[in-house]
Amino acid sequence: MATEEGTYYVPAQSKWPIIASIGLFLTLAGAGMMMNDMSAGVKDSSAHYVFYAGGLLMAWMLFGWFSNVISESRAGLYSAQMDRTFRWGMFWFIFSEVMFFAALFGTLFYVRTFAVPWLAGEGDGAMTHQFLWPDFVADWPLMVNPDNDLFVGAANVVDPFHLPLINTLLLVASSITLTFSHHALRANDRYKTKLWLIITLVLGAAFLFFQVEEYIEAYNQLGLTLSAGIYGSTFFLLTGFHGAHVTLGAIMLAVMLYRVYQGHFEAENHFAFEASSWYWHFVDVVWVGLFIFVYIF
Amino acid sequence: MTSATDTHGGHDDHAHGPAKGLMRWVLTTNHKDIGSMYLWFSFIMFLTGGAMAMIIRAELFQPGLHIVEPAFFNQMTTMHGLIMVFGAVMPAFVGLANWMIPMQIGAPDMAMPRMNNWSFWILPFAAVMLISTLFMEGGGPNFGWTFYAPLSTDYSPPSTTFFIFAIHMLGISSIMGAINIIATILNLRAPGMTMMKMPLFVWTWLITAYLLIAVMPVLAGAVTMMLLDIHFGTSFFNAGGGGDPVLFQHIFWFFGHPEVYIMILPSFGIVSAIIPAFARKGLFGYTSMVYATASIAFLSFIVWAHHMFTVGIPLIGELFFMYATMLIAVPTGVKVFNWVTTMFRGSMTFETPMLFSIAFVVLFTIGGFSGLMLSIAPADFQYHDTYFVVAHFHYVLVPGAIFAIFAACYYWLPKWTGHMYDETLAKTHFWLSFIGMNLTFFPMHFVGLAGMPRRIPDYALQFANFNEISSVGGFLFGTTQFLFLFIIIKCIRGGEKAPAKPWEGAEGLEWSVPSPAPYHTFTTPPDVK
Repeated sequence: MATEEGTYYVPAQSKWPIIASIGLFLTLAGAGMMMNDMSAGVKDSSAHYVFYAGGLLMAWMLFGWFSNVISESRAGLYSAQMDRTFRWGMFWFIFSEVMFFAALFGTLFYVRTFAVPWLAGEGDGAMTHQFLWPDFVADWPLMVNPDNDLFVGAANVVDPFHLPLINTLLLVASSITLTFSHHALRANDRYKTKLWLIITLVLGAAFLFFQVEEYIEAYNQLGLTLSAGIYGSTFFLLTGFHGAHVTLGAIMLAVMLYRVYQGHFEAENHFAFEASSWYWHFVDVVWVGLFIFVYIF
Repeated sequence: MTSATDTHGGHDDHAHGPAKGLMRWVLTTNHKDIGSMYLWFSFIMFLTGGAMAMIIRAELFQPGLHIVEPAFFNQMTTMHGLIMVFGAVMPAFVGLANWMIPMQIGAPDMAMPRMNNWSFWILPFAAVMLISTLFMEGGGPNFGWTFYAPLSTDYSPPSTTFFIFAIHMLGISSIMGAINIIATILNLRAPGMTMMKMPLFVWTWLITAYLLIAVMPVLAGAVTMMLLDIHFGTSFFNAGGGGDPVLFQHIFWFFGHPEVYIMILPSFGIVSAIIPAFARKGLFGYTSMVYATASIAFLSFIVWAHHMFTVGIPLIGELFFMYATMLIAVPTGVKVFNWVTTMFRGSMTFETPMLFSIAFVVLFTIGGFSGLMLSIAPADFQYHDTYFVVAHFHYVLVPGAIFAIFAACYYWLPKWTGHMYDETLAKTHFWLSFIGMNLTFFPMHFVGLAGMPRRIPDYALQFANFNEISSVGGFLFGTTQFLFLFIIIKCIRGGEKAPAKPWEGAEGLEWSVPSPAPYHTFTTPPDVK
């Protein structure tokens, strides 16, 4: 589109979408087969080959597709209008992620406000309590489940002011250091850009390390597992998906670091960097929500 | 600084037409190609889901078990719903959006053309994964398209895992499609095309896209929790571990209610384009249409529990969701009023798109009224899970979504193909569809009110006559769609040459380009006054 801002870039044919579709299909079909084989107790399952094949295709696709976009951008094919498209796209993608976490938080709130108290006889459903599990007492974190033979409750809760507090400090600090890096990029100070970005990545990696540590502790010392009832279920659901998003955000930032080393980005033109930092701030905000509602209260 | 090694295939190719051969469709970044693929995919799914409906109607032709096993019947009702919702209706609307939105706002293409292609190509793979479940050990999903836990968790067949991943793929496709549409509309409008000058199809799609990115992730959350319950020992939907099967229903319907509006809002936009064109009068109350659409979208987020009146929610919940649901009648009423008022004292002609649109207004209103009946919580206690509900949602989805898609196809076919379709055949298609559809679904109101439960392959003798009528109507509606296929193919292959603007009263930028629309339109943005 030839406007005062120049032409809107409409790319030519691309092989990446179809590779992406095949890759996604194989990854998910492989994951599905692995899970079914696992639950059915199949010993020598070969499902993981399908999964890995899909994963490799996806990795190749991401690498190739982003390479195309980066070289187009660096060849100056993108106008200011294109830049706005990327901004809208990233913004609403993060919004969709917000809604995903909203569903997970909604689950936690529903369980704590309604499901567990109702099971213990509150509300109009008192008979359920009487007939099914008359001894059940509502409590949060729920340590003794209604059917505590089927779902063995956890022995202990995670202490919020130990590892989770450290992790909160790490992640909040990483958001700040990332902002320093961004300011340095805008001021064209490449050395500081790299320095603060590396510090951000180290903080992120430390967060992930402690998160793994916490999981190991939960499984080995607290008896807090996926099958420990709704407390364990919501705990691992929320922290697990958050951890996966931190991992993704860290990969994005690592790519940005690589690109800074490659001499990419200008003081005025570095949306990939901005998009990654938006994403990082988003996972940071989610963590604060987690710290408050999963760990403290 | 390394120099950029630019491997892009050549921006200059765009002056030319499409590439040759099959790979044109696989690799394309052109919104018209992608729109066509979406529409064809949707039609194939429409026939697939329709075939399943035929099996259901054949089984219900007479009381007793005659043709299929109950277990297979359950798979048919489930897959019919899933395929029609995710395979037929939603992709058809995205296909129309792809074709029309760039042309209606004067954009050169969609904002992210490569991602657009990916959004489409995920769909056939997702459909393969979904349909393949029918051939797996233990059969396909058999818990209804709403897949309530624990039917879909503790008591589900192993193929449910693949059903879950198919839903994930469909969700990824929808979210990317919606983001693309939002970016296109917000960023690629021609200079002078202000928001309040946009055609209503663009407006309704913008709002639909917001609904999509707001609720598809919630559905992803729901199926993810199902997956964890099935394979990883969690207890989200198991009361024994402190969870709640009702929680599943809340999450599902928080997605599900906006979802049904995702399937109707673009229809509103289509009808709002067609009725003024054939009444030769501007649309009455454009601004109120925009606000009514936005209100409906907002209300769709706060009414979900009206699907769950009988599940045992607190009285205050019943009241809130009942009144909130009734509120939807207000903006919907504004819309119906505006369509009728647009036709009032217009110079009307009744070409096929107009016939489908008028049928839309009348029959969708019937579906709306039965919805109003269902919104009354104490009455819903009687209607719940009966054929009355089936009649209701088929009245809003068949003459609502499907008729609007037919109308849109006939309305824009001359622009797509450069030929006029065969008007006589098209009118035949309309009347047979209209009669078939009403014959199928109107008697369901009666058997439903008399107490016939849905999703059951057998029924009491007294329902036999009405079910026979329904089945005959269903077969009529089903076979009629082959006529539609024939009309489309005939129109693509030839026919009377269509002028740039084949409809006298039509308005919009799409009619300013020749028919068929060139492969690339508006590489220079048009001047919008």
